[in-house]
Amino acid sequence: MNGPTFTIDGRSVPFTEGQSIIQAAREAGIYIPHLCYHPEFRPHGSCRLCVVEAGGRSVPACSTPAVAGQQVRNRTERLDRMRRTLVELLFVEGNHFCPACPKSGNCKLQAVGYWLRMLDTPFPYLFPRRELDASHHDVLLDRDRCIFCELCVRASREVDRKNLFAIGGKGTRCRLLVNSPDGRLGSSGLSLGDRALQVCPTGALLPRKGAFHVPVGRRLYDGRSIAESDE
Amino acid sequence: MSRRVRIATTSLAGCFGCHTSFLDMDERLLRLAGQVELDRSPLTDRKQIRHCDIGLIEGGLCNSENIELLRRFRACCTTLVALGACAVNGGIPALRNRYTLEECLREAYLEGAGIENPQIPDDPELPRLLENIHPIHELVTVDYSLPGCPPPADAIWALLQDLIAGREPVPPLELIRYD
Ligand code: SF4
Repeated sequence: MNGPTFTIDGRSVPFTEGQSIIQAAREAGIYIPHLCYHPEFRPHGSCRLCVVEAGGRSVPACSTPAVAGQQVRNRTERLDRMRRTLVELLFVEGNHFCPACPKSGNCKLQAVGYWLRMLDTPFPYLFPRRELDASHHDVLLDRDRCIFCELCVRASREVDRKNLFAIGGKGTRCRLLVNSPDGRLGSSGLSLGDRALQVCPTGALLPRKGAFHVPVGRRLYDGRSIAESDE
Repeated sequence: MSRRVRIATTSLAGCFGCHTSFLDMDERLLRLAGQVELDRSPLTDRKQIRHCDIGLIEGGLCNSENIELLRRFRACCTTLVALGACAVNGGIPALRNRYTLEECLREAYLEGAGIENPQIPDDPELPRLLENIHPIHELVTVDYSLPGCPPPADAIWALLQDLIAGREPVPPLELIRYD
């Protein structure tokens, strides 16, 4: 191997100039947990799950370039504990009724929770009130499940070229907004084939048909961790 | 060994699915019967709880009786386990938290489809409903949680075996589930 390398948890990882830590890690088959990162899109850096230790600092692997010779630490108890807390906060801030969600078993939020061994949380659940949008014939927007990763925002803007979504509000009042005349999905021009719909990591944007078609036991993350089936 | 490990179980705002999953341990129940003594539990129909080593709580809190019973379990059990989604995070019953209690009662007893003789039950013997459903960790200290709706029988078995042996329970990754 002639190109530059760095290490992740002691393992040597090759990279090409300009690659982020997470890009190089993926090519080397090393899983760094993430929710708002997606290889097709520019990093967003908001979920903080991919934070690793490098050069004595904690940095997001999605938006930090790999540096030759650097020693990066990914799986430390401290990092995994912080990541677990972040996922717990996502769960208490939304309404994630996994047993009744058609995305269950194929949901990245859930799968990251499993991988981090999240069993419960010390935080009180907020049970926020968020508006359901069932105005679209083929797609349901269940804001209860939205984690504000902005993947749909990026996909709709950059791939679908429709610019249908945005995040509005701050803190616990954050909501996914639909860019249509009446603010509803039905009049937005979203169609089933849109990338925005496919990249949603949770069940927030979900096709209405096909729910629960795949039996329990054969879903994406049944018996397979997100580290093994990361896209 | 001195005495068998004493276990109590109860269902608060749950559907008995977790208890059904407990029974799904099938023939392992025979082995368990040799290891533990079942105290207060819907499975024994015993109404009083004695001091127990392990208390398994199914369901969250939806009424005043749940609160009393959970406090009683906490006081009597050395180790308290939140068993299943409802105990851990409120579960499906918590879907009602987006409505006021009054809205729920009106829909269920006065205005919903197919209701005859509409009236809201008000017998003084009925426990008072809480305005919201609460996971049990919001009221008492919980020692261990086992999520799942219900948690798989294998996960309950693994947890009990760890606790009985005095080990720190570490659920196998493939048995952690939230649905
Ligand atoms: S709807 Fe889905 S893709 Fe869009 S911000 Fe929410 S969780 Fe992310």
